[in-house]
Amino acid sequence: MPLLRLIALTCWAALTASIAAAEEVVLGLSQDRVAITATFDGSEILIFGAVKRESPIATDAPLEVVVTVSGPSEPVMVRRKDREFGIWVNTDAVTVDSAPSFYAVATSAPFSEALSDTEDLRHKVSIHRAIRSVGSTVEGAQTFTEALMRIREEKGFYSLQENAVALDEQTLFRTALRMPADLIEGHYRTRIFLTRAGRVVSQYETVIEVNKVGMERFLFNLSREQPAIYGLLALLIAVISGWGAAAGFQLLRDR
Amino acid sequence: MNIYLPIAEVAVNAFLILGLGGMVGVLSGMFGVGGGFLLTPLLFFIGIPPAVAVATGANQIVASSVSGVLAHLRRRTVDLKMGAVLQAGGLIGAALGVAIFNYLKSLGQIDLFVTLCYVVFLGIVGGLMFIESVNALRKSKRGGPPKRRQRGWVHSLPLKMRFRTSGLYISVLPPVAVGLFVGMLTAIMGVGGGFIMVPAMIYLLGMPTKVVVGTSLFQIITVTAATTMMHAITNQTVDIVLAVLLLIGGVVGAQFGTRIGTLLKAEQLRILLALLVILVCAKLALDLLLEPSEVFSVTPIREVH
Repeated sequence: MPLLRLIALTCWAALTASIAAAEEVVLGLSQDRVAITATFDGSEILIFGAVKRESPIATDAPLEVVVTVSGPSEPVMVRRKDREFGIWVNTDAVTVDSAPSFYAVATSAPFSEALSDTEDLRHKVSIHRAIRSVGSTVEGAQTFTEALMRIREEKGFYSLQENAVALDEQTLFRTALRMPADLIEGHYRTRIFLTRAGRVVSQYETVIEVNKVGMERFLFNLSREQPAIYGLLALLIAVISGWGAAAGFQLLRDR
Repeated sequence: MNIYLPIAEVAVNAFLILGLGGMVGVLSGMFGVGGGFLLTPLLFFIGIPPAVAVATGANQIVASSVSGVLAHLRRRTVDLKMGAVLQAGGLIGAALGVAIFNYLKSLGQIDLFVTLCYVVFLGIVGGLMFIESVNALRKSKRGGPPKRRQRGWVHSLPLKMRFRTSGLYISVLPPVAVGLFVGMLTAIMGVGGGFIMVPAMIYLLGMPTKVVVGTSLFQIITVTAATTMMHAITNQTVDIVLAVLLLIGGVVGAQFGTRIGTLLKAEQLRILLALLVILVCAKLALDLLLEPSEVFSVTPIREVH
């Protein structure tokens, strides 16, 4: 009976959906904004939370947690040098349409166990999925994307930390993410996925604001909104300090 | 101690920048070069984005040049009239240079072009100066009479003008051309251009060595100030925090440099400068010739707001 089978299927779908919704994230952040001051030297953000559920803990597969923090995305030009006429010259270039300026992933189990490839594709969780590169015409564009990931990983902008989320009693989780000093302003999208057997059962999203403050903020805004005044200010500082130093040394010598 | 630079958007060690500024300041005072040819590549090496390094370097050179020129003004070793003629050429040259710069940027080969410019100009100037100064030093040791300056084609051009401080009566065309050429280099290479200006004044215009340094500093102020304004308005790449750190070190260094400069003989001064120029040239040439450890480079394409 096809109709009966359809009803059964619908019921099963509804049931799994309700199970999926039965586990929710209650999140805490050590800070939800990062202030870039003159002496800003990077930041460590503690992400912690609990899993809220109405029913007893499901026993079929262990709960895993995946945390991602992603900085503002922007197009990136990746160039490759080659030897031509004896010197090393930029020859090929690939434009990556959108790459996050910062991207960190932390998981409570090895990545492939915590998240299936299908779910990774759907939610764009792993580093290479977070980078969008379409319509590259250069042959071997893949190696350029790999180079981008390698360079940014070395500088601490991209990171994948497996087994870095501590999970107690399938309920309490916490992890610490290190943000480097060279941060760009913007909304840092923070996502938490709860998974069972590689499937996402619940998802939570929030934003960490990264902003320049104080003098940094003032100078940045002035340079964008009143560039002529900013330029004159730069020159004035230069002339005064040059003159001041000359006058100061003259005084010292005349003594 | 790390400091976050608001425009460059990187964090750098404050003492490293102070030290860099100081070192460049000493050179500026000693040789009358802005020091940009050294400062700009060094800023690249410590991770400052090239556009910010060029623009901020220009601003820093303004400060150390003001500081240096004041010391020279007191000793009356600045030819103001010659400086004004050079500046006129320099401003035209800077505008031309910006046009060339933007054209090459659209071709995507500006980095290579700038490096090649450095290697070629530093190589030629450094080599010529070194040979010439060694010869001059040898002659002065032997105690022979200094060779009389030759009166070449430079002295047969029209539009003659008297430059009293330099003791010259020559056409304004060569100094305008020198200024124009150096102005172009300022815009393309992010340098003051003293390393070209100083030898050009000595060998081409025949100015006495004692007024060369002060006059060069004087004209560098105007051209670098114009460059700073152009970058601040069109690209918004002047980082005041970086500039302040550099110039604190720079202005102090320039004062020491000027004192050291008066203690050395002109020929010794020139040999030292020549060696320094050759050293920087060799380093840049090696970077082009040797296989880099990372053949890929990443540049964010950011819209200018």
